Amino acid sequence: MTEKKPERRDFLFTATYAVGAVGVGAVVWPMIDQMNPDASVKALASTEVDVSSVTPGKTITVLWRGKPVFIRRRTKDEITEAKSVSLKDLKHPEKDEDRAKNPEWLVMLGVCTHLGCVPLDQKGDYNGWFCPCHGSHYDISGRIRKGPAPTNMEIPEYKFVDANTIKIG
Amino acid sequence: MSEHEYTPKSKVGKWFNDRLPLLTLANHLTDYPTPKNLNYWWTFGGILTFCLITQIVTGLVLAMHYIAHADLAFASVEHIMRDVNYGWLIRYIHANGASMFFLAVYIHIFRSLFYGSYKSPREIIWIIGIIIYLLMMAAAFLGYVLPWGQMSFWGATVITNLFSAIPLVGEGVVTWLWGGYSVDNPTLTRFFTLHYLIPFLILGLVVLHIWALHVPGNNNPIGIDIKKPSKDTVPFHPYIVIKDGFALLMFMIVFAFFVFYTPNILGHADNYIEANPLVTPAHIVPEWYLLPFYAILRSVPDKLLGVIAMLSAILILAALPWLDTSRIRSAVFRPLYKQFYWILVADVLILGYVGAMPAEGLYLLIARIATAYYFLHFLIVLPVLGFRERTIPVPLSITEPILGGSPNLAAVKKRDNLKIQ
Repeated sequence: MTEKKPERRDFLFTATYAVGAVGVGAVVWPMIDQMNPDASVKALASTEVDVSSVTPGKTITVLWRGKPVFIRRRTKDEITEAKSVSLKDLKHPEKDEDRAKNPEWLVMLGVCTHLGCVPLDQKGDYNGWFCPCHGSHYDISGRIRKGPAPTNMEIPEYKFVDANTIKIG
Repeated sequence: MSEHEYTPKSKVGKWFNDRLPLLTLANHLTDYPTPKNLNYWWTFGGILTFCLITQIVTGLVLAMHYIAHADLAFASVEHIMRDVNYGWLIRYIHANGASMFFLAVYIHIFRSLFYGSYKSPREIIWIIGIIIYLLMMAAAFLGYVLPWGQMSFWGATVITNLFSAIPLVGEGVVTWLWGGYSVDNPTLTRFFTLHYLIPFLILGLVVLHIWALHVPGNNNPIGIDIKKPSKDTVPFHPYIVIKDGFALLMFMIVFAFFVFYTPNILGHADNYIEANPLVTPAHIVPEWYLLPFYAILRSVPDKLLGVIAMLSAILILAALPWLDTSRIRSAVFRPLYKQFYWILVADVLILGYVGAMPAEGLYLLIARIATAYYFLHFLIVLPVLGFRERTIPVPLSITEPILGGSPNLAAVKKRDNLKIQ
């Protein structure tokens, strides 16, 4: 084949395709983005929880952004147990100190990182949580120890507003 | 399309047909030459068309009473069951109709696997069929979410979370699918919209599926090419129409049995509990027709690889026309393939069984072996078998094995002698 010199028409074709692609993109994006969380969903981004009634060894579950959040007041034994685990034994190594700023309170998303089920409290081989869907075992720090889940249960952003109130989100 | 020229008899008919050849199409469909040895496994195409229309009609009616809102959906389904005239009947037909649809499609697929209907020149028919099957699974999943019971909610959560296995963008994709940070009202409304859309996409693909079928014509139980029209074919109407109609009646007896005697046996009791985002049911089990793939998902210990394995198990079917290297279509003439075929059937049934059981201990081990064998069948057994298998000589026409005195008998004998040497 002989080399063809680009001519006026080639330029016009290329320019038309380029402008057309931008136009299609500008129309398609709103169609896609409308499915993302809307303003009213985003507005419900934080929840305040009164934890004064939670005694050591008890877990409460609250709803935050449609997902359960476990708030567990851990006993002294549980804290010792959580801190004694060697990082080498962990699939997703995280220190307990990094997960529970105040070791007495573990605040985490009660959502299994495998496929999103809610694990059961005080079940499983590691004295923590057990997901009934596909058999993931979590320890008392919410770290994955056995089963298909790839990571530890997530810690949401939270802070103590006062001694008895936690603000999640 | 045209085996012979067709001209409408009436003047008006001719006038219309010259402008829009609908009568030519109708004539093609009634005269369509069909192999005369088709057995009852070939009646499931018609049965499936019936299933699709049943789902569309009952679904349309249900949508008149159903309310796609997280606070109202569950109650509106109970309203259909208790208050709407014949609502119970329509909903039970729709819910069991999904199961009947899958029952028929599995028979249809396994018929194709046995008689080699996916092979040249019918690859496109097959691939369109696989796309229809994928859309059916999507529609079934989306529909199962709509009653907003516990199984609906948690099924939706687990299946949408499969997308979180995608590296980097996974979480974003899941949030986008949900329209929030969990399965909630935005998820329900979009699932309803898509559940309404998909059956019509399937309908369009069914037209293409049949169109693609009418180009080479039907495969048949002995899997040989036949001349059309010839002594080996009969016109679609009335021969096949009556046969399909009879098979459909038999099928409707089974369908009616489920609807009227055990309408909930194929469902799960937990779906009569309203969705609760704080409690996951003890055993999340998908509908029976998805169980083999669910077993494959759970048999892989890694999240991403599990999802890939499950998708591959379905998509590998699309490559089947090229994975099966044998030029002989029908398993009737493939003694070894016939055995592997039945092993595959057993393998899929085993996967379905362990998919319903807890993923631990012996069940998990069986699921892993069965998953490995499933892929082995398509990736190793089929390609190798095509080269290694000694097939039985195929007859030259449909009439030959019955009537014997085929003009080609001498040729067959000659060929057989060649094979034996």
